[in-house]
Amino acid sequence: MQLARVIGTVVATVKNESLEGRKLLVVQTLDKDLEPAGKPIVAVDSVGAGVGELVFWCRGKEASFPFKREDTPTDCTIIAIVDSNAHVTQG
Amino acid sequence: MLLAKVLGNIVATQKNHRYENASVMLCQQITPEGEETAYTVLALNAVDAGVGDTVLIVQEGWSASTAATGKSGAAIDSAIVGVVDRIDLLEDE
Repeated sequence: MQLARVIGTVVATVKNESLEGRKLLVVQTLDKDLEPAGKPIVAVDSVGAGVGELVFWCRGKEASFPFKREDTPTDCTIIAIVDSNAHVTQG
Repeated sequence: MLLAKVLGNIVATQKNHRYENASVMLCQQITPEGEETAYTVLALNAVDAGVGDTVLIVQEGWSASTAATGKSGAAIDSAIVGVVDRIDLLEDE
């Protein structure tokens, strides 16, 4: 799992039918100091996250497990909303 | 499996239900020599590891979710499955 900031939304009218009703969000992965790391990616939301929120996402096949798992084509899903920046502690 | 050092933890109230009662740790991958790399990752704590510990992290969903929650099929891609006591390496000649 990786920390990320939600930086936008994606609208796709034509999509796989099992993605219907799912929210697609653009997320920027962050490093341990909450600085951007790498390029933004698109993630499916499973917890009701919104733009600006600090979240973490799960990659790979496991990303489809919050949904109807055999059907949902996702390799990146937001699975939790971090309470605040201060709730990422170090040391 | 990855070698990593535990940096801290993450608090998230709103989360996937399979994460209830589990702690999520912020970890940084290290080399066998103990040097930090740029890769940081969040992992579920399946063994009660603490901040500063060197740990083993599995990064495969089936193993990770089974280790962390006792059941497979959770949206978990990384779990801490061991606390490293020491690493012995062949010395350079």
